[in-house]
Amino acid sequence: MTGGTAVPDGWVPVCRIEQIRRETGVAAWVHGEAVAVFRTHDDQVHALGNHDPRTGASVLARGIVGSRGDEPFVASPLHKEPFGLRDGVCLDDPTVRTPSFEARVVDGVVEVGARRLVPAVAEVP
Amino acid sequence: MDQRQRLVVVGHGMVGHRLVQAAVERGLTATHDVVVLGEETRAAYDRVALTSYFGADGPDALSLLPGGVYDDPAVTLRLATTVTGLDRQERTVTLGDGEVLGYDQLVLATGAAPFVPPVPGHDRDGCFVYRTIDDLDAIREASLTATGGVVVGGGLLGLEAANALVQLGLRTHVVEMAPRLMPVQLDAAAGSTLVRHVEQLGVTVHAGVRTEAVEAGPDGTGVGGLRLAGAGDEPGPLVEAEVVVFSAGIRPRDQLARASGLEVAERGGVVVDEQCRTSDPRIWAVGECAAPGGRMYGLVAPGYAMAEVVVDALLGGAGRFLGADMSTKLKLLGVDVASFGDAFATTEGALELVFSDAVAGTYKKLVVTEDGTRLLGGILVGDAAAYGVLRPMVASGIALPENPEDLILPGRGVPATGVGALPEEAQVCSCNDVSKGEIVGAVRDGVTGPDGEPHRCEDVADVKRCTGAGTTCGSCVGTVKALVEDHLASVGKEVDRSLCEHFALSRQDVFDLVVVHDYRTFDALVEAHGSGRGCDVCKPVVASVLASRFHGHVLEGATGSLQDTNDAFLANIQRNGTYSVMPRIAGGEVTPEKLIVLGEVARDFGLYTKITGGQRIDLFGARVEQLPVIWRRLVDAGFESGHAYGKSLRTVKSCVGSTWCRYGVQDSTSMAIALELRYRGLRSPHKIKGGVSGCARECAEARSKDFGVIATEKGWNLYVGGNGGATPVHARLLAGDLDDETLVRYLDRYLMYYIRTADRLQRTAPWVESLDGGLDRVRAVVVDDELGLGAELEADMAEHVDAYFDEWKATLEDPEKLARFVSFVNAPDLPDPSISFDVERDQVRPRDPAAAAAGPVDLGATIPVGVR
Repeated sequence: MTGGTAVPDGWVPVCRIEQIRRETGVAAWVHGEAVAVFRTHDDQVHALGNHDPRTGASVLARGIVGSRGDEPFVASPLHKEPFGLRDGVCLDDPTVRTPSFEARVVDGVVEVGARRLVPAVAEVP
Repeated sequence: MDQRQRLVVVGHGMVGHRLVQAAVERGLTATHDVVVLGEETRAAYDRVALTSYFGADGPDALSLLPGGVYDDPAVTLRLATTVTGLDRQERTVTLGDGEVLGYDQLVLATGAAPFVPPVPGHDRDGCFVYRTIDDLDAIREASLTATGGVVVGGGLLGLEAANALVQLGLRTHVVEMAPRLMPVQLDAAAGSTLVRHVEQLGVTVHAGVRTEAVEAGPDGTGVGGLRLAGAGDEPGPLVEAEVVVFSAGIRPRDQLARASGLEVAERGGVVVDEQCRTSDPRIWAVGECAAPGGRMYGLVAPGYAMAEVVVDALLGGAGRFLGADMSTKLKLLGVDVASFGDAFATTEGALELVFSDAVAGTYKKLVVTEDGTRLLGGILVGDAAAYGVLRPMVASGIALPENPEDLILPGRGVPATGVGALPEEAQVCSCNDVSKGEIVGAVRDGVTGPDGEPHRCEDVADVKRCTGAGTTCGSCVGTVKALVEDHLASVGKEVDRSLCEHFALSRQDVFDLVVVHDYRTFDALVEAHGSGRGCDVCKPVVASVLASRFHGHVLEGATGSLQDTNDAFLANIQRNGTYSVMPRIAGGEVTPEKLIVLGEVARDFGLYTKITGGQRIDLFGARVEQLPVIWRRLVDAGFESGHAYGKSLRTVKSCVGSTWCRYGVQDSTSMAIALELRYRGLRSPHKIKGGVSGCARECAEARSKDFGVIATEKGWNLYVGGNGGATPVHARLLAGDLDDETLVRYLDRYLMYYIRTADRLQRTAPWVESLDGGLDRVRAVVVDDELGLGAELEADMAEHVDAYFDEWKATLEDPEKLARFVSFVNAPDLPDPSISFDVERDQVRPRDPAAAAAGPVDLGATIPVGVR
């Protein structure tokens, strides 16, 4: 399989789900950028930009995957900043974030879709 | 008043930022729109830590506003904006682009500018000041083509600037007019102690010398050096340098105020009253541009205090600024320096207690009242550990202990009652004005969080977040920690040793549970004794315990996803996401053939090569997909993993012992190799290192290791606990004159006892200290076998020795494990395009990510490599 062949609706197949060990990530090359694709313990898949926003190194896929409360997260391997797998927001500092992408599993194949738009910062009551 | 007011803040440095923060936090934005004007292109950053900009993380790490915007819609931040005029009649300011902005209230937070003495040549190309990130960038740029640098001014900032030049690799000089360094804070003896430290770092100090001129370079341009003043009419010597940094003091930036007719102080600075109000009731001034009582304060803490006072006044409060504590503690060129209170003993009848140790390079002085009951001030150079307890003693006026010299004499340490004795109002954090009472209160009663709920702080990190203590210069963090632990102990609360939110267990608890229940997986353990799915704290702990217990391959199915960064790829991750590879070179002994192989591998893969402190060779810059190919070459040549990536045994260092050395009394090299091969691969709470010296001269520096073995005429002396990490310690004698077999038996027991009982990431020195009885306890268990554990610990170690295998080789033989060593799962042959290298001293080095983002993408190493 070559890197990032687009299919009509923008979904790019990257690998079979069993190629990602539970609670780890893999890096994939999608639409010309490095995307970290994670598989949680209950076989959900999430995709984030692979670049650690703090250091610029392309490493997030190699971090430890776990949970904070109910939130699945990955700890950057360089300095352990925790990023939520659902939206790429740093759990310790909401002003720091990495892009997040649509991700799904179709017939055992993991596919990465469009980059999600950054939601506006929540209103402070 | 239902009309919203506009508050304009001129200046977005540390103090201007603090003022806006306070305005947001205290609700001033409910009635005021705030416009902040900053002349730099960056949002406020931590100028105090400017030098660390060269360190790990670049300019963003210094930012006080990482997102670049305030999370309050009433605040507008405008960067790269200068203010050129102030019209008090019309209540407007004019901006650099001609725009006119009205205000209801105006705050001047324009700071200060470096003072450049008007010596001839002070404006040559190659002369700099040291205040902003841009200044630092310019200095860095100039240093690329320079060999020497000189700082004019030996005060606080001058030494910071000198540190920057040292870090940039320049031959560094400091010129100070006063007869000593830091003349404002230090007395003569402290100043000369500091000079000795600074000169040891290779910095040349010229004290008591005036600067005559900046001379041009040999071709008449740039800078060639600094001409010092000589005696009489004679010209003095020339300090050769291509970079000159002026750090001869600062001058308040009060031009706007002057031009608009506001009252200014004789020596500069906008005159303000106790509420920081200028002679115009709608205009305020804070920070270094202000002169409360006619005096300027060149530190950040008083500036913060002024900012709080102004916000308070705008809210109708009556806060007043009544002068500030000018105490300072900082690390200059790696040397601790602190000066606080009445450091020069100007108080009537004050006595000085001085302790000075020329060998250790420490100088400590306490200034006490005539009757010796109260502390007035002091100076600490070389060791300022006591500052956190001493400074609040000055402010609070509490009685000194019976023998005040105990506070500064070595080995007595700061009495544990130190923090307990502080009164509630003692100011612990001077940067952010946090008292002991507030810190203890945050732990005892909690702080109201943003959600309106009280949140009780449970540890230092919590306290820092909730009170701000320890978040600016960090010098009080030790005291904060002591206060938190002191309080928890006082209410009989066990200091929480929980690993994390998933396990209310310590590492030792985890180890015991694994032993008792024979758990083999994280899942089994977390289901029975924890919650959630784990994290980067507990997973590596469980991984380490399982590895110590069952000796399987760390990347095996169930444990593969638990491994910490480096273990996960059996290599050491570096800042740009590449890895370094370090094969075992037991005892530092290597054959010429194998040495040649290392050179060939490094050459073929374009790796940076460095000899480490542990007598090994480290190969840097390997991409994740290159690791297996590199290992294959190394394994074929007879190398194996050196476990440089694991919390495990690293090296056993040795000298050449009786084999070669005319002084050696035992064969230390053979012993070191034997021990390293015996304990290789042993996973432990933290990394462990050993050393074996062939005689008492200690060339292997064995006593700085977790276990050190030193030869005697009769056998071996065994020393333990010599690794304290950031706090150096020496290993202490556990047992003496041992034969080979007894030495190994004691070591087996010692290491296994440590692995079973130490806390997470607890090195051997603090572990020994943490045991009830310390070293005596270790001796009771290891030598006297009082617990009857000896045989069991030895059996554990024997099991480890039997089960050892090379993790690299085993990985090469397993396609499933190898599958993870690819750049991209869907493009395994595409090298990660974001990794690129520069060349320095004929080898590769990671390209700065910022530079890489700006420059063209480089798809490979910049050194031609033979193998892809």
